[in-house]
Amino acid sequence: MALTKSEIIENLHLELQLNKREAKELVELFFEEIREALTQNEQVKLSGFGNFDLRDKRQRPGRNPKTGEEIPIAPRRVVTFRPGQKLKVQVETYADPEHQLESIGLAGESLH
Amino acid sequence: MTKSELIERIIAKQSQLNPREVEQAIKAIIEQMADSLAAGERIEIRGFGSFSLHYRPPRVGRNPKTGDAVLLTGKYVPHFKPGKELREMVNELD
Repeated sequence: MALTKSEIIENLHLELQLNKREAKELVELFFEEIREALTQNEQVKLSGFGNFDLRDKRQRPGRNPKTGEEIPIAPRRVVTFRPGQKLKVQVETYADPEHQLESIGLAGESLH
Repeated sequence: MTKSELIERIIAKQSQLNPREVEQAIKAIIEQMADSLAAGERIEIRGFGSFSLHYRPPRVGRNPKTGDAVLLTGKYVPHFKPGKELREMVNELD
């Protein structure tokens, strides 16, 4: 299960008693305004969550993986996300069953 | 653009809610996104991108002051993958 716009809309409706139409408009605007700022090459800083930064990448050599033919990768601008300290602390202790033993420092130790 | 500037821009673009309600709603959205990741749940926003957790295995690090080896436990870090639409929009170089 993943969090999507429809659950965020539902949560605004339940938590803040916004009607569905108002909630939908806000959620759409939230992501649209962030996207718009990034499109204008403007960094976005959401305290408590993280920063969306823009990086200009120079042209670099690439290859068509199928034919092996060399094709340059065009210069491009990319979005990167740097999580804030608060979010980092919030997620780092997430106890995924798959990695639980490792995460408490037992990795590589014999369990017998 | 900071969070408060984002809130101001959204207030200017909509007419149904008062500024206080918009501010509360934006804060609630960000909080729900953080809580979702903290619970190990991905976030998927079409046209924008997805957030997920990446695992960093335990490693031996060093105390930068003393140089002593320290065992660092495994942990999760948030990761964002921009969606196709966002990737294309920011890449329309000016």
